[in-house]
Amino acid sequence: MLNQVKWDMNLNELSIREALKGLKEKEFSCEELVQACLARIKAVDNKIKAFITVCDKEALAEAEKADELIKSDPQIFEKKPLLGIPMAIKDNFCTKGIKTTASSKVLENYLPVYDATVVKKLKEAGAIILGKTNMDAWAHGSSTETSDFFTTRNPWDLSRLPGGSSGGSAAAVAADMTIFAIGSETAGSIRQPAAWCGVTGFKPTYGRVSRYGVIAMCSSTDSPGPITKTVEDAALILKNLAGKDKHDATSVDRKVPDFKLKDFNIKNLKIGVPQQYFLKDMDKEVIDQIKQQIQFFEKLGAKIISVNLVNPKYSVAVYTVIQRSEVSSNLARYDGIRYGQQRTSFGTEAKRRIMLGTYTLSAGYYDQYYLKAQKARTLIIKDFEQVFKKVDILVSATAPTPALELGAWEKSPMFGELMDILVEASSLAGLPGISLPCGFTKNGLPIGMQIIGPQFSEELLLKTGDFYQEVTNWYKRKPSLSS
Amino acid sequence: MTKDRQNDKGRKMTKDKMEYLPIIGIEVHVELKTKSKMFCGCSANHFGVAPNTHTCPVCLGLAGALPVPNKKAIDWCILIGLALNCEINNESKFDRKNYFYPDLPKGYQISQYDQPFCQKGRLVIARSEATKQSLKIATTRNDGSRNDIKTIGITRVHMEEDTGKLVHDKTEASLIDFNRSGVPLVEIVTEPDINSVEEAITYLKKIQQIVRYLDVSDCDMEKGSMRCEVNISLAACGKRLNRPNREKCFLNLPKYKVEVKNINSFKFVKKAIEYEIRRQTEILEAGKIPVQETRGFSEKTGRTFSQRTKEAAHDYRYFPEPDIPPFTNLKSKILDLKSQLPELPDRKMERFIKEYSLSEDNALRITTTLAMANYFEAAVNKNKSLAKQIANLIINQKVDVNKVKPEEIAKMINQQKSNIISDQNYLIKIIDVILKNNSNATADYKKGKQEAVGFLIGQVMRETKGKADAQIVRKILIEKLNY
Repeated sequence: MLNQVKWDMNLNELSIREALKGLKEKEFSCEELVQACLARIKAVDNKIKAFITVCDKEALAEAEKADELIKSDPQIFEKKPLLGIPMAIKDNFCTKGIKTTASSKVLENYLPVYDATVVKKLKEAGAIILGKTNMDAWAHGSSTETSDFFTTRNPWDLSRLPGGSSGGSAAAVAADMTIFAIGSETAGSIRQPAAWCGVTGFKPTYGRVSRYGVIAMCSSTDSPGPITKTVEDAALILKNLAGKDKHDATSVDRKVPDFKLKDFNIKNLKIGVPQQYFLKDMDKEVIDQIKQQIQFFEKLGAKIISVNLVNPKYSVAVYTVIQRSEVSSNLARYDGIRYGQQRTSFGTEAKRRIMLGTYTLSAGYYDQYYLKAQKARTLIIKDFEQVFKKVDILVSATAPTPALELGAWEKSPMFGELMDILVEASSLAGLPGISLPCGFTKNGLPIGMQIIGPQFSEELLLKTGDFYQEVTNWYKRKPSLSS
Repeated sequence: MTKDRQNDKGRKMTKDKMEYLPIIGIEVHVELKTKSKMFCGCSANHFGVAPNTHTCPVCLGLAGALPVPNKKAIDWCILIGLALNCEINNESKFDRKNYFYPDLPKGYQISQYDQPFCQKGRLVIARSEATKQSLKIATTRNDGSRNDIKTIGITRVHMEEDTGKLVHDKTEASLIDFNRSGVPLVEIVTEPDINSVEEAITYLKKIQQIVRYLDVSDCDMEKGSMRCEVNISLAACGKRLNRPNREKCFLNLPKYKVEVKNINSFKFVKKAIEYEIRRQTEILEAGKIPVQETRGFSEKTGRTFSQRTKEAAHDYRYFPEPDIPPFTNLKSKILDLKSQLPELPDRKMERFIKEYSLSEDNALRITTTLAMANYFEAAVNKNKSLAKQIANLIINQKVDVNKVKPEEIAKMINQQKSNIISDQNYLIKIIDVILKNNSNATADYKKGKQEAVGFLIGQVMRETKGKADAQIVRKILIEKLNY
């Protein structure tokens, strides 16, 4: 397949693994790879609008350098394991010299003077920045509709939303405009758009990946992570991202495992199915598909155990209060004095959250809101701890519905929290989670399945997910976008 | 108009006036002289440095930046707490103090709220510095067993970061220099135990001395490395203070508190407190209550002026800093840090009195700074008999401590001594000659003129070119004269 005439190859459709193989074996050049992605962006992004900034000149310059290195140094891939791989980065990651907006008018012309640690690590590994992707402004949302600039569309159905807040990143991967992307999750912002866009999204344990340089949303849950075409790709990225960072006091000093995937036996796996995660209002197709996957796991030899978790509806209130409290403080630095626009440039959703968060921290209300929410959070953490004594992982749907139509956000001020109801609890507890494509609705919309594990169980999640992708094909299906 | 009363001696007494006792609490901020700032690696040195040259994303509050605590600064804060006899909390944390001001780049200051590193300490000041008045009245707060000391309660000692500096230029624009933003500050708060200007100044000087002994700060009010705020109100004590009505003072604790800020020297602290006492007394005598507010001090006029109304509890919406994990097991540091404490001034003074037989006054003066005390001890070394002389030399600046090495001093003194003639036989011979040649003086002495001895000693000294041991000469002369 890879031996076809260069011009017929859709290099942009490759996974990281395939692209690396091709580059190493000199089937194509890095420049061709980057060109393919840029061409795809040019062809379809006017419809999808995943990108805020495209760095075509810079990317091609980097590609040229990469090609030089590949020519001159046969060991180069050992030093730079991601050399030449184009990536899209969510616009809340600071990229030195490249406009970083968090999709907000407040930062519409902001040029960071430093790279986020995640960006720095990926650049050091040789990856190439294609551009910055659209998101819900300040990551406040689950649809990418609250972006101050424009709404990204779901490549599977342009009248629908890609999910959020990493909607641009997920759409870019789904539409093969990039080989992989970086997103961030506070509560669902990697997993949910990955589910809606039919791609793989991995949220690491809180503290596994440095937050330095990520525009803060909810400091106590924010987790940067990869959005990729395969689980294998996610493992590769995670290996390059994880690790203690001296610039982030909450990053954990813990050995980063090799994330070797193949050494896995499904028969040793105890899968917990939380009954409370089959909600009444959930889409029936989603429920059915998830139940099928669970049966599938059972057929393959896993042990399925029905478990009880605190009803996820409680985590909505807990998360809402804690997150908005931290948001109200984290957005205080945008005073327009040293950089950025004035605070009047904040969008509606940002203003709502600042006001609510200020209220929940204010004198006389702190105890009944913020403090109480943190206490309830401890109960949620303990709830997961007791469940993981019985099972190795939990499986459920990622989102209660497949991708919704544009305008959904406006229908409910708690839209984001309701969309994220199945992922908030695990985010509050700092747990890792992965969302994988596990099927499609009758209308051809992707359905996502999530696997949650105890803290620092990334390796198990990746192994399970990779195994699943070896015996299923959902992840291979692509949206039919006319170029 | 009430008639002037007469006491039983028939003397006219003025109308009894209400007496007021100053109730003063002091907050001192000490700027630590660590190499780097409190939460980033920038140099903490900002005095005389070109503006905005010691900055980074963290202390500028740029998007995505995160604080990482300075371990040494925390150790030094605890050291100060230990020197002030505080309890060290086993668990502690940082909190966000949220408010907007141009010199506060994040829109919040990282400080400590309800779990400071140190609390419930005390500092003892000597009675000769504390006034009689406040001692008599305030003895309920003293260590009741001794009446030569006064104990000032230390409420807490905690860690926080400094703000940037606002500079007002000629065009009326305000410029901000962030070199100071993030410099470590230790805040020391007293109980309202101070009851006079003298006690306040003594307290401040003591704190300065102790902090300088610890060598953790230059603690210089003129340079801004020591700042203080004075909280002052007056308690009504009943009439005629010379019959103190102790209970009344504490029953009538003032219902207001005035905070005075921006006082840059001990001299101005004295002026500010004196002014406030006068100002508040006038208001109270007029039957009103002084406004609870923050006031500044004008060096030009020597008066305080209103700055803003200080509410009972400003709503800073404190909440635990999510970017810095809380501290546990701090008590394990205590042993190690205690071993780093130098002998503090009071202890050292007591020891010098005992060990070197110094007078209280000399011991006080020679322990003013640790450097001087160490120099003294190095100079004395094993020559304890010379201690008093050496102390005098140093105190009276008869020796340049910057040029002369301490070991040299003892040598110098012994040198002088060795030049002194104490050989009695030799002296007797000379004395006999003097006596023979000065029979008038002998006769005068026999008549009762004691001065004759002095004259004769003088003659001996002249004869020996000042090298005779005057004590011995006097002894021999008197023996012979009385013979």
